Amino acid sequence: MAKITLKDLSHSYLTKQSNDADWALRGVDIDWKDGGAYALLGPSGCGKTTLLNIISGLLKPTKGEILFDDKDVTALNPVERDIAQIFQFPVIYDTMTVYDNLAFPLKNRGLSKTEIDSKVKEIGEMLELTSTLNNKAAGLTADGKQKISLGRGLVRSDVNVIMFDEPLTVIDPHLKWVLRSKLKELHQKINRTMIYVTHDQIEALTFADQVVVMHEGQIVQTGTPVELFEKPKHTFVGHFIGSPGMNILPCEIENGLINFEGKILPNNTIIKKTNFSKTQVGIRPEFINFSNEGIEVKIKRVSNTGRHKVIDTECNSGIIKILTNASVEIPSDSVHITFDQKYTYVYGDDWIIE
Amino acid sequence: MNKTLNQKAWYFVIPVFALVAFNAVVPLMTVVNYSFQETFGSNVFQWEGTRWFKEILHSERFHASLGRQFIFTFIILLIQLPLGIAIALTMPKKGWGVPICLILMSMPLLIPWNVVGAMWNIFALPDIGFLGNSLNSLGFDYNFTQQSGDAWFTTILMDVWHWTSLVVLLSYAGLNSIQPAYYQAAEIDGASRWDIFRYIELPKMKKVLTLAILLRFMDSFMIYTEPFVLTGGGPGNATNFLSLDLVKMALGQFDLGPAAAMSLIYFLIVLLMCWVFYSLMMKDEGRT
Repeated sequence: MAKITLKDLSHSYLTKQSNDADWALRGVDIDWKDGGAYALLGPSGCGKTTLLNIISGLLKPTKGEILFDDKDVTALNPVERDIAQIFQFPVIYDTMTVYDNLAFPLKNRGLSKTEIDSKVKEIGEMLELTSTLNNKAAGLTADGKQKISLGRGLVRSDVNVIMFDEPLTVIDPHLKWVLRSKLKELHQKINRTMIYVTHDQIEALTFADQVVVMHEGQIVQTGTPVELFEKPKHTFVGHFIGSPGMNILPCEIENGLINFEGKILPNNTIIKKTNFSKTQVGIRPEFINFSNEGIEVKIKRVSNTGRHKVIDTECNSGIIKILTNASVEIPSDSVHITFDQKYTYVYGDDWIIE
Repeated sequence: MNKTLNQKAWYFVIPVFALVAFNAVVPLMTVVNYSFQETFGSNVFQWEGTRWFKEILHSERFHASLGRQFIFTFIILLIQLPLGIAIALTMPKKGWGVPICLILMSMPLLIPWNVVGAMWNIFALPDIGFLGNSLNSLGFDYNFTQQSGDAWFTTILMDVWHWTSLVVLLSYAGLNSIQPAYYQAAEIDGASRWDIFRYIELPKMKKVLTLAILLRFMDSFMIYTEPFVLTGGGPGNATNFLSLDLVKMALGQFDLGPAAAMSLIYFLIVLLMCWVFYSLMMKDEGRT
């Protein structure tokens, strides 16, 4: 068990780097508490797997350092770091039985037979693998195999952190839910630091207390699921989280106020800095209301998802999506809308202006 | 739903069937026919029943060449499989070394078999061949045309040179299909290099190795051209393998009946061995 600190971590797969695009990770700083459940969320290629492999020790970072409990482990290999990692698809030793698979990491660390036996049985129980312990591992279903990979991580009592690299990719949808709740339950039971990498916002938001959103090798925001939803600090977080994502439209700054579609929007702060190359206003579809005044928009399309209606409207600056309850009557053709002041944000060069 | 019965598609199989009949079934049946008869030429045949089969099965000459054949195949499998796997493990997995290694490895496989025999014959000649001459000047009494031990040594060396590449290429393909996550997981689990080989690489190579064993078994069990050119079965009968012996009997002595019976027994042995190998190695597959 350990708290994890990453200091100014950068990594490049190239030997020479000329611009930002050559870096898979750029200046990552993280402080993770002991025993927390964290998620790394981002699209494919954002650097989250790279970051995970650096924490586990499978990759050496180009720059920066990794601390476990304030001890520098940057130069140590995965065994010395005492970590466990579960991969995208189940990694099992085909020729071994389920029991031997679970016992393997312990055997390699020289534990006695009786210790191994009690540990393996305990984990087998926890993961509901007891009845299959003596079967060949290769004969199990995909979720059974993934449980074995998980078990090989959990069986060691000394692990500092357990890392999951999109572990539910190959699992059937109806079992995903089961395994996910199992993971959550395990986290509460064994109370170890867990890091969960995924591109699926639902997985990240349901698993983690703290979600780290990554974009192009950088951390754009760290926060609880609610914070990410209510106050995205970067336009990418707005887009990526929520369904549909945040409306982000170009706007002007006039005397510290937002000018959108020729109207001054109510805003929480007076904007002081103005030298941005682009400024945008962001509002989630959930926080837009129909009104008698405000911005005039044309209704283009209404899609009913059962509980909600998603309304695509058009103004001069582009498309604005609105989310309402399914019961709300949609006015025809053209309407006026207002933005909830509390959830209206301005972004300068994609970062929030506060 | 009622399906209309339409079997006309079977007509499409006729060309293939005819082709296979001409190049396999008809010749085989001719051999079967010969194996039960005696002929002295001029297309006159006389029914002999199972006489040739009994004769061959009790013939010391057949036992000797069959024994030689098994020993030869056993030795080359014993050398080529571990050697092939070992070379495949040391080959680079990426970079400019990959094409170079692959080309080097494919070269022996591309050389016509009789050329291989001729090459090695010259290479191993005790007086002028590079191998023979070097061995002799190093103090070894080496002469593959006169000493049977040397003849065996040269034949095996030639086969290892010619065919180990096949095992290398198959193993290399098998190794390359292993996902990096397996190695990463093993690293995290604290597995040793031997463990990685034993529990990851070997099981993942099982299918290609089965193929390699089958191919190497069949080819080496039916080896003809290279030893024919290299030693001609000599000195004496020292390297007189089954196929060489068969040709001597059929064409040298023109004993068509016994030769036909021997071909059939030969064919059945190869078939049986392949079946045994395959079912032994695929024993576990059904359960996975």
